[in-house]
Formats: sequence, C-alpha cells, structure tokens
Amino acid sequence: MYKGGRIIASLVVFVALLSFPFFYNIGKSNKGPVINLNTPAIQQLAVKQCVEPVEWMRANHMKLLNQWREEAVRNGKTVYINSQGKSFENSLQTCVNCHFDPASKESDQFCVSCHTHTAVNPNCWSCHIWQKQAAQ
Amino acid sequence: MSLNRRQFFRKAGMVTALGLGGTFVITGLRGKVEASEYETPQQGLVAKRWAMVVDMSKFKTEEDYNRVIEACHSVHNVPDLGNPKDEIKWIWNEDYEHAFTSQNNRYMEENVKNHPFIILCNHCENPPCVRACPTEATFQRPDGIVDMDFHRCIGCRFCMAACPYGARSFNYRDPRPFIKEIDPDFPTRTLGVVEKCNFCVERLEKGLMPACVEKSKGGLIFGDLDDPKSEVRKIVSSQYTIRRKPELGTQPSVYYLVGGGDLV
Repeated sequence: MYKGGRIIASLVVFVALLSFPFFYNIGKSNKGPVINLNTPAIQQLAVKQCVEPVEWMRANHMKLLNQWREEAVRNGKTVYINSQGKSFENSLQTCVNCHFDPASKESDQFCVSCHTHTAVNPNCWSCHIWQKQAAQ
Repeated sequence: MSLNRRQFFRKAGMVTALGLGGTFVITGLRGKVEASEYETPQQGLVAKRWAMVVDMSKFKTEEDYNRVIEACHSVHNVPDLGNPKDEIKWIWNEDYEHAFTSQNNRYMEENVKNHPFIILCNHCENPPCVRACPTEATFQRPDGIVDMDFHRCIGCRFCMAACPYGARSFNYRDPRPFIKEIDPDFPTRTLGVVEKCNFCVERLEKGLMPACVEKSKGGLIFGDLDDPKSEVRKIVSSQYTIRRKPELGTQPSVYYLVGGGDLV
C-alpha cells in the first residue's frame, strides 16, 4: 500500500477523535432533566394523576395533543373522556393549568426542561401562552 | 447453500411476516389510547347556520363602534401595530362606498353615505377562501362558521387574494409585542399566519354569545338563520337588509339592517 503507515495512523487518529465522546462518558450516569411537578395546582390534587397514566403519557403525549387539536379545532369536540371515564377540556390550557409553576422561570417549567434535555423544539409557545406573566 | 426459487420465496415471505408482525406488536402497544372518547361540550350553543344582523341604527357615536371592536380584539389577542400597512383586524369600520361597492349611488342619502359600517368576516355559505386554501387551514364547519386552524396555515395568502371582502389579515411581524394585554385563554398568532373573525367559536362552545354581540347593546344580533323562530331570521325575512357584494354568489351570513331606525 502506498504510504500505508500514514494512512493507517491517520485512520486511527480519526476513529479515536470520533469515538472520544463515547469513551469519555462511559460509565457516567445520565442525569436526566429536572422535572418540576411541584406546582400549586398539582399539590392541590387529591389523586396525583395526569389525564392518562404517567407511563402512557410519557410515550404518547405528543400524539394525544395532536388528537386533541384535531378534535377541538376541526370537529368542535372540546371534551375528552379518558380511559377512566373522567372528562377534561381538550385544550393545551388544561395542561398548563396544572403544570405551570408561577414560582419558576420559563426554562424550569415542566414541558420546557424535558424538551430542552431531549433537544426537541416544539413550537407550541410561539402562539399558546404559559400564563400572563410568562407571556410578557 | 443454494436455494431454488420456491425456497427463496418461502423464506422471504416468512421474514417479511415476522418483520411486519414485530412492528405491529411494538407500535400497537405504544400507540393505543385506552377507551378514550371525544364529545361536544354540553353547554355549547349549536345552530344549523349561524348568522349576524348588524342594526345600523344602533351605531351612532364613535364609542358604539370602538366598544364592539375593543371587545373582540381584546379577547382574541389582536395586536395593534400602529400602522395601516401591517394592520390586523377582525372587526372594523368602513364607509358605505367601500363596503357596498356595487350599490353605490352618487346622490344617495348623506346619512348613509357618510355613516361608517361595522365590517367583519361574512362567514359565507360558499366561501372562496376555503376553496383557495391549499392546506385546509381555513374550513367551513357544519354550522356555517368559516373557521381557521392556525396550526395548518402556511402563510401563502391565497385566501386573502380570494376573499372579496378584505376580511383577512396577515401577520407580517411577530404580533406578541404589540398586544396590550395577552388573554391566556386564546392563543396569539405568530409571524406568517393569516387570521380573521371566527364568530367566537370558542365562546359558543362555552355557551356564550360572541364578544362583539355581548358588548353591542343590541346593535349586533346573532342567531340561527335556519331556525324560523330566531331573531335574526325574523329580521331578515321581515325587514329590508343588505349584504356585501351579493352578486358574487358567496352568500354572506352578515346582514345589514339599514333604515331600521333613523341613522345618524
């Protein structure tokens, strides 16, 4: 191989650089987002449960919100009856009413901290509003 | 190892079935919403065809107009951008000549000629904006209201070109900083989205009359045109009303009662 030594050496350096982050973080635990569930509205709830079970919400909240949007905006069906037969207004404001914490800043809010951690950028808040003071 | 044609198809089929079955098991389990349903709100007002009558005799002073406009613009977070080029309007004033372009008469009564009319989206029976919208962001509800799904609006402005009444406004700038006081119960709009009057669908769902009707002191009458007992129907079928550009065949749902009382 013409200049084989150099090529192999460069390749080794290249692979080492590329895999550096993986080796650097090996064995360290991922901290995870700080999820703020300590809002006044949640504290007042007798049974602390979201509109659907937590595990299900974690995996499917985005699908549920899209369904809510279609049903409310396009079909005029603004009442959601969950798997336990309880009814809710299917509006993003229903989420905000519980999950907004007036004591925290925007980046520590329930949705925002998790979305930041997972690098997801939903554009809900360019139109929808957390609360009066947060919107200004 | 060598496969003949038959063996190859059998194995390929088995692998495909396995793959498809596997994805179904995973997505089927994750995507299932357990026995949930959607319903229309019980307290909501329903109609077959919502319509409005504007009784021009009730609009006398500037305050009569501003009160109505302010009521709408404050509940819907309509910004005041301060210049007519970027203006966002859901309900506004227009003089007779520009509102009723084809019914203009050089020597008509001075009162009518100089008296501003309240203008809003006509919620046409044959809405040209709905036909023009490529994403179905603007759509017609079964109750006749021409509503917008702001999520779907891509800002192409075809609807603005299609609307013969100029009822639609485009957000050329981010509207948020120009809203005096944000009402969190209704979303603001964002840069690049078209907006217009929605006959207060969000209030009708809660059993309330539209904000402008509530503040109009009887100047705006709202109801079901399909119901022979409703007040709008009685007025429209018993008194002389005019509509904007009826010759276009859009069948507007906003009727103007002129000469119902004395203008001025």
